[in-house]
Amino acid sequence: MIPEIGHFALILALCVALVQGTLPIYGAAVGNSRLMALAAPAARCQFFLVLTAFGCLAYAFANKDFSVLYVAATSNSQLPLHYRLAAIWGAHEGSLLLWTFILTIWMFAVTLFSSHLPEAMRSRILGVMGLVSVGFLLFMLSVSNPFERLIPAAAEGRDLNPLLQDPGMVLHPPMLYMGYVGFSVAFAFALAALLGGNLDAAWARWSRPWTTVAWCFLTIGIALGSGWAYYELGWGGWWFWDPVENASFMPWLAGTALVHSLAVTDKRGGFKVWTVLLAILAFSLSLLGTFLVRSGVLTSVHAFATDPKRGLFILSFLAVVIGGSLLLYAWRAPRVGLGGGFAPVSREGFLLANNVLLVAATGAVLLGTLYPLFLDALDLGKISVGPPYFDSVFVPLITPALFLMGIGPLAQWKKAEIPDLAKRVRWAAGVSVLTALGLPIVLGEWTPLLSLGFLLACWIVATAVVSVREQLAHMVGGGIGARLARLPRAYWGMLLAHCGIAVFVVGVTMVKGFETEQDVRMGMGDVATVGGYTFRFDGVQNVRGPNYTAVRGTFHVSRDGRETALLYPEKRRYTAQNQVMTEAAIDSGVVRDLYVSLGEPLEDGAWSVRLYHKPFVNWIWGGCLIMALGGALAVSDRRYRPAWRREPQAVPANVQLAGR
Amino acid sequence: MTPRQKRFAFVGLGLLVLGVATALVLNAFQSNLVFFFTPTQVANGEVPKGRSFRIGGMVEDGSVKREADGLTVRFVVTDTAKRVPVVYKGILPDLFKEGKGAVAQGRLDADGTFVASEVLAKHDENYMPPEAAEALAKAKASGAQSSNTLIVQPQ
Repeated sequence: MIPEIGHFALILALCVALVQGTLPIYGAAVGNSRLMALAAPAARCQFFLVLTAFGCLAYAFANKDFSVLYVAATSNSQLPLHYRLAAIWGAHEGSLLLWTFILTIWMFAVTLFSSHLPEAMRSRILGVMGLVSVGFLLFMLSVSNPFERLIPAAAEGRDLNPLLQDPGMVLHPPMLYMGYVGFSVAFAFALAALLGGNLDAAWARWSRPWTTVAWCFLTIGIALGSGWAYYELGWGGWWFWDPVENASFMPWLAGTALVHSLAVTDKRGGFKVWTVLLAILAFSLSLLGTFLVRSGVLTSVHAFATDPKRGLFILSFLAVVIGGSLLLYAWRAPRVGLGGGFAPVSREGFLLANNVLLVAATGAVLLGTLYPLFLDALDLGKISVGPPYFDSVFVPLITPALFLMGIGPLAQWKKAEIPDLAKRVRWAAGVSVLTALGLPIVLGEWTPLLSLGFLLACWIVATAVVSVREQLAHMVGGGIGARLARLPRAYWGMLLAHCGIAVFVVGVTMVKGFETEQDVRMGMGDVATVGGYTFRFDGVQNVRGPNYTAVRGTFHVSRDGRETALLYPEKRRYTAQNQVMTEAAIDSGVVRDLYVSLGEPLEDGAWSVRLYHKPFVNWIWGGCLIMALGGALAVSDRRYRPAWRREPQAVPANVQLAGR
Repeated sequence: MTPRQKRFAFVGLGLLVLGVATALVLNAFQSNLVFFFTPTQVANGEVPKGRSFRIGGMVEDGSVKREADGLTVRFVVTDTAKRVPVVYKGILPDLFKEGKGAVAQGRLDADGTFVASEVLAKHDENYMPPEAAEALAKAKASGAQSSNTLIVQPQ
């Protein structure tokens, strides 16, 4: 009964979405305010309907209702409750429901925070989001219904893939989807602007916080996924340039470009057409990412052939959304106009260069991800594009972007002078070069990449310091503390996010440069040394988990005779599918991780063991977290607060200047 | 410079950067493509010399042998038509098993042994790596007879 209610709620949601996607847009076109007024209630109604459906599926999982096909396929009676609930997004059908649910959450949020928007704009935004929702609901109801019954009911479920039974995996998909779907707001804003034919600075100011919030979620989502791969896959890697990872990274790159392009549109009214195009691109890549990962096309393009209806639906949906929005763009973009002019050397110029580099990097990743799929689909042979391709393309494209990241915030809008800029950053440049040359010598090893990494990281931080100093020098009155407090939050957010990149770069540089790895055969009491740490193997014992049995090894780790950690890596066998999983043991620290994973049992109680020493690896995810915090800080800036909530207060002119 | 010339310089510079980026991408792409071959193709000498490639198929029953160091593993990958001996040093993935599909990346050495730098097996008991499945399907389709002769690469 409950699953049927969920199914019915989805059907009702589709009806509501159809209304929301058509009438308000038509109303905006003909100026009928009664039709336009339908948008907000429809969006809220849709939210509650999809919430009901989501709740019904959650109930089926909590209640172990194995008469629902999806529940039987992705859970098991021995699976703990929190993983049963996380199993809602453990496979294709449920993650589509989660996607739609999050879309309705964003819609609901738009209805709450858009009362200051013009009525036509608001109804167009909600209308476009309604149309996207129509696509997803149709897809679910026609070919991938999460509430499909299994008759007769299964006695026992197949269980969730053990790899996904992990706290990181519980959080990763919702975060990622919050990011993906969040770009739908920017997309809807862009299409609404195209439909309305006007795109002014106010438009950019409205859509900026939405885009930044989505970007923050996406950043956290990707970091969680990367962290999960690091400790759960047992290979100690944090990024594999796997198509699944690339699928989430491409929207991030495009979204990063969008965040910066929106800043120009907001502050200077420039880049208008470009911003709209980026908004379309970011959301299109989000859609592509969702489908690439969830349709099974990546495991094999022939997964499409096993269920051609799904494949056909996905391809036509992508074609309609991307093709339709690009057509609209081609037709209406000339009306929107280019925006103000600027000199090649100016803040706009640097931001444009940065944008082009980010988009080029996106294109390179897209090529490496899709080309093997195309070849395979056309039966031209099987190939794979390895990490060396991505490394050798990505580093040269992103290096100049990181360099410009330091200069951009220092350059004036409209027109800047190179000699003046050079003079202002000479200290930052000097310090960076010295660090780049000196630090590797101190650490006892030199490679070009090591120096490059330190150079860029130090450059970003040093130019941020220069920027803060200049801002303070321009202000009149008050002590240093008071002046610092007067700088707007958006400015601090930007600096924080940029410093997050620096932290990230340090992490990557140190891990790539100094990690040590060893595969060894270890018997009882054997000792191996990795990265200055001594690992002693003290044998294994058998343990039982809720839905698995495991062999647990004990490792004593010491350095210079002092004990640093006790590690218990496991080899688990999940009983439902008789699947073996390696559970690595990690001792985490600010400057290093110690990582042990069990390989296979050998004769006489010995095991093959993989040992890692990973310096600064946590800085990689720490950097991502700082980036996201920077984004959150920027969003909290008072200039984004709706006008009716902003207190009338005279802001000193110099502070406004600083905000730029 | 007149504004017109300036604009041309601007556009020219942009095109130059784009051109360099494209050249960079395509060059890296060309040199990093990893092609996939079935054991039959390996036997027929269709594989590139001195370049890394992938092979896939079934890990032959009873072929997995471990050397005394506990880490070097030798096994045979077959598509039921032809067999390729593989050597790999390191820890194998959890789902690597005799009689199951596997994909290995590496090079062919002088005596016809495939020296793997990486062995892939995905984390699902029922899952056959697509390459491995394809190798088996191709061999079946071509109606090749099962042979137990190890391939020895000519030269």
